[in-house]
Amino acid sequence: MSALDNTRELFRRDQVWPFLAPAQSRVNVDNQMILYVEDLNLSFDGFKALNNLNLYINDGELRCLIGANGAGKTTLMDVITGKTQCDSGTVYFGQNHNLLNKDEAEIAQLGIGRKFQKPTVFEEQTVFDNLELSLKTDKRVLPTLFSRLTPTQIDRIDEVLKTIGLAEHRFMLAGALSHGQKQWLEIGMLLAADPRLLLIDEPVAGMTAQETERTAELLTSLAGERTVIVVEHDMEFVRSIARTVTVLHQGSVLAEGTMDQIQSNKDVIEVYLGEEAVGEKGAEQGKGERA
Amino acid sequence: MRQLIALCCCLFGLLSFPIQAAETSRVDALFTELAGAKLKHMELILEQLEEAKGEAILPLFRVLLGGDLYYIKANKNLVGKFDDQGKTLYKQVFNDTLVPNLAKRDVKKIRVNNKLRGYLRNAIARIQLTAKSPSVRESAVRELLSKLDASTVVILEDLYPNEPNKKVKEAMGLALAMHTASQTELAVSNRLVAIETLSTSLENDVRNALTKLTQDDNPAIIKAAQGALEQIAQRAKRFAFVDQLFFGLSLGSVLLLASIGLAITFGVMGVINMAHGEMIMLGAYTTYVVQLIMPNYIDYSIWVAIPAAFLVSGLMGVLIERLVIRHLHGRPLETLLATFGISLILQQLVRTIFSPLNRQVSTPSWMSGSWEINPVLSLTLNRLYILAFALLVFIALVIILKKTSLGLNVRAVSQNRNMAKAMGVKTNWVDAMTFGLGSGIAGIAGVALSQLTNVGPNLGQAYIIDSFMVVVFGGVGNLLGTLVAAFTLGIATKFLEPTTGAVLAAILVLVFIILFIQKRPKGLFPQKGRAAE
Amino acid sequence: MSRLTAWFSEGRSSGKHTLPFVVILLGVTLLASAANLFLPADSALYVSTYTITLLGKYLCYAMLALAVDIIWGYCGILSLGHGAFFALGGYAMGMYLMRQIGDRGVYGDPLLPDFMVFLDWKELPWFWLGMDQFWFAMLMAVAVPGLLAFVFGWLAFRSRVTGVYLSIMTQALTYALLLAFFRNEMGFGGNNGLTDFKEILGFSLQSDSTRISLFIITALLLSVIFVISQRILSSRFGKVVLTIRDAESRSRFIGYRTDRYKVWLFVYSAVIAGIAGALYVPQVGIINPGEFSPVNSIEMVIWVAVGGRGTLIGAVIGALLVNYAKTRFTAIMPDAWLFALGAMFVLVTLYLPKGLMGVYGQLKAKYRPTNAKESQV
Repeated sequence: MSALDNTRELFRRDQVWPFLAPAQSRVNVDNQMILYVEDLNLSFDGFKALNNLNLYINDGELRCLIGANGAGKTTLMDVITGKTQCDSGTVYFGQNHNLLNKDEAEIAQLGIGRKFQKPTVFEEQTVFDNLELSLKTDKRVLPTLFSRLTPTQIDRIDEVLKTIGLAEHRFMLAGALSHGQKQWLEIGMLLAADPRLLLIDEPVAGMTAQETERTAELLTSLAGERTVIVVEHDMEFVRSIARTVTVLHQGSVLAEGTMDQIQSNKDVIEVYLGEEAVGEKGAEQGKGERA
Repeated sequence: MRQLIALCCCLFGLLSFPIQAAETSRVDALFTELAGAKLKHMELILEQLEEAKGEAILPLFRVLLGGDLYYIKANKNLVGKFDDQGKTLYKQVFNDTLVPNLAKRDVKKIRVNNKLRGYLRNAIARIQLTAKSPSVRESAVRELLSKLDASTVVILEDLYPNEPNKKVKEAMGLALAMHTASQTELAVSNRLVAIETLSTSLENDVRNALTKLTQDDNPAIIKAAQGALEQIAQRAKRFAFVDQLFFGLSLGSVLLLASIGLAITFGVMGVINMAHGEMIMLGAYTTYVVQLIMPNYIDYSIWVAIPAAFLVSGLMGVLIERLVIRHLHGRPLETLLATFGISLILQQLVRTIFSPLNRQVSTPSWMSGSWEINPVLSLTLNRLYILAFALLVFIALVIILKKTSLGLNVRAVSQNRNMAKAMGVKTNWVDAMTFGLGSGIAGIAGVALSQLTNVGPNLGQAYIIDSFMVVVFGGVGNLLGTLVAAFTLGIATKFLEPTTGAVLAAILVLVFIILFIQKRPKGLFPQKGRAAE
Repeated sequence: MSRLTAWFSEGRSSGKHTLPFVVILLGVTLLASAANLFLPADSALYVSTYTITLLGKYLCYAMLALAVDIIWGYCGILSLGHGAFFALGGYAMGMYLMRQIGDRGVYGDPLLPDFMVFLDWKELPWFWLGMDQFWFAMLMAVAVPGLLAFVFGWLAFRSRVTGVYLSIMTQALTYALLLAFFRNEMGFGGNNGLTDFKEILGFSLQSDSTRISLFIITALLLSVIFVISQRILSSRFGKVVLTIRDAESRSRFIGYRTDRYKVWLFVYSAVIAGIAGALYVPQVGIINPGEFSPVNSIEMVIWVAVGGRGTLIGAVIGALLVNYAKTRFTAIMPDAWLFALGAMFVLVTLYLPKGLMGVYGQLKAKYRPTNAKESQV
């Protein structure tokens, strides 16, 4: 483009310079769609972790992602939350937020919360502090330095503590909690942050049957007001919560539909049952990459 | 006298013809004659000597030319006078052995006049120019360049057409051209051709001669001389560039040696070993000790020192790993502090055992000297050897890592420690071996460094930060990256130095790396993929 | 303003060591000063001016240790370059003291310090301008380290250089400055640094009263910094800083831009180091490039490690203890000190990962039940 064109582009009267435009913080969901993932590609040293992946999530939906190890589920979450840069493609949160040019913190501040496969809580701090830190507040440096807990915030933390069943342990160090309790605490941290979109990676790993049930209840109750994406291997659990299920295979979407549709889908059966060798190979590759 | 001649035979036997018994006595007679000769007879005697002994007579002529030839009054033996720290001493003319107990009054000077001096000069030139060895002839010609006169030119002109060696002939041509160019009475065209010939040389004398010619009366000559000078300057610049490049490569090779062990320990174990510099120092001190043990075999000491240094530093490395680093696994910052403590202890240990002062390590004779490519470019041999040695060590290490089972284990552990453990790799053993290997190579680096710098307790400190920079710049866990980074930094430093000075160059390189790391935190050749995070 | 006081009053409850610490520190300071000023020199309790200066030096080190601890103990960033900030603060003070000499130098030049006359410089370099004003020099003593920390931190933390990489970078930073300050052309006195100071704000540096004042000021500033730091670290900002140390990526995923937190904490820490340096120079009477040496910076880390990182009080205690030991050791067996220091590095990292404060905590936990029993009886 020549300098003249550049200048013309710069002085177009129908557009406002980006730095003058008001920051749009609200998520535009006019089309009932909260997440647009289009043509996503990502490769690690020749291994295609994501391969032309397309995924659309409706506002208020509860969506389950399933697939063998190495199918790209966690990688997809990494890209959405800004942990990993993709090679090509677009990811939009609502119609107006391009997630690919934002870092993790910005994405989190937009209202996307994430729970990891391995529970990561701040072990050296109390359960209460963990929740306080996750509250939806102004997270810039100075406001944080001078912030004080308001009564509303304390109430909110109490409420979350009750929901996750850790009210008794509020002043315990998070590191002293059991594995399942840490899972709950992490979910609690998500709740405290009051996000629009929750990305939840294997929430019931290490939980008892009872706890699993409670988790399922919690997640279903969250959907509607919020949007929830769950990655899970436990098919029983998926069946108990899912309305729509997306199957990923080798970095792209293999099938999408209700659980029954998926289970009768020819491609899915072929991948999971017919050619087990394929699945295993994918799994091995996935392991190599993960560690 | 007989003894003296015998010694001459031994020393110059390879160069001179076997001396027949009859001739020996004749030469003896000539020497005796020389001792008391009058000035007007001397030339004749000298001519006879030259004829009889050829090249072997050179030392005598030189001493005589210098006015230092004496004879002992008692037996008319010839001796050369020399000064040793203010004392006047005398030595044999032909083999430099001291003749003891000679006082001034025991000897008498053999005097020469200007005519004889001229004769001697020419004779020396003539003898050298007809010497058997081409290299002697060549250096003789080059020596003559600065003191050409009519008579030497005559000799050169005589010899030039029959000279068999190409290089000597070239040099002679140069000398003749220099003469021709400076003769104002010669035809301009001849002189221009001569200047043309001169423009291909890099000799200092040639440049002086050309500079003189720029003051010539003839404008054509001035122009040609200026052109030639420019041409020479350009070539000299090119060679200066090569010289700088060589010094850069040399620094790079030192950096490579110093950092490659670090690249292994840091890359495989993720351990920052602050005592790495001290491993280098230990290697250097091992060289010193080896030379102390075998003072008469300095030439071979290096071959003993290399494995010895590898063992000493390597064992120290294994010891450190077993005693300290093993217990700090997964706590890189603490490892850094602990190894720093070890480095302090090792430094102080060396200070206590040896001394805080620097120790001199001697260079084997085959490593000293330099390789003179042309008058402006000569490469010092020790740097050349160390460059080759560094590359050799690098290649050996690559082979070890790629081809041996230890290498396989090491690579496995570096890529995925837990997985390797699960597969039955003894990670403890691999860690110890890796650390030993890295430290051992640091020891070898110490041997090389001892040939370039003084050996002192702070030797390692000087290299540790640079080595870290190399490893970080190249990308952790990547040997090729270390190689590229070492040479890049070495060359960059040496090319910056002339314009900025050594200290500022070092600062600039450091600042550059600090900025670079912030742009590419994983170095030049990063490991990719989720594994790298 | 009221917000600020409220902020502090809230902090009072948080650090339980803060009040005793401040009381003991100031108490000892006043006692020592009084013993120097009012007791006769032959009294058993007399504290010599030499001791006072030594104590003042230790307190500067303690302040420096505080700076290192804030960034290492609380945020997990091991800086091996804090000596650089300390020295920069020191140089700013040194430049002021140098300008105060005026025409009393060896060469008697009213404007140029001796070393510049010696180097045959005709004009004062631009960065020496204004350094004759105390307030300006003090501004520089905090601004220059702060700015350097900001630029370095901004570059490093934004591109997510962490762990040992960052440590090595900070070490390279101080090493580069060491090389630079050794150069005469830099205009900071080269090898010899700045020395032969005469007076500060018109008070002779040799007099007892000035020395005691400096000592008291150091103690006061140390207390103030201690209290502020305690307050900052117990605020939510401090909690975020801890999360950065323990699980930085998690902290990012809940919306904290950790790089900014780290930059500001780094700047804060550098400013403290700068203040410590500025207080140090008038008390020891010299500043030279040796202060930039990487070994110095790494030694600071061991003070903190000995005392116990992650506790401010530990950093102070560590600095005082190690430096006292150093003074004693180097007087008795100078050679053994480096052995002792080296061994300290190894042993503390191996056996006392939480330092003396960690031991104290363990002992307290062990003996508390028996104490409780005793009180019942």
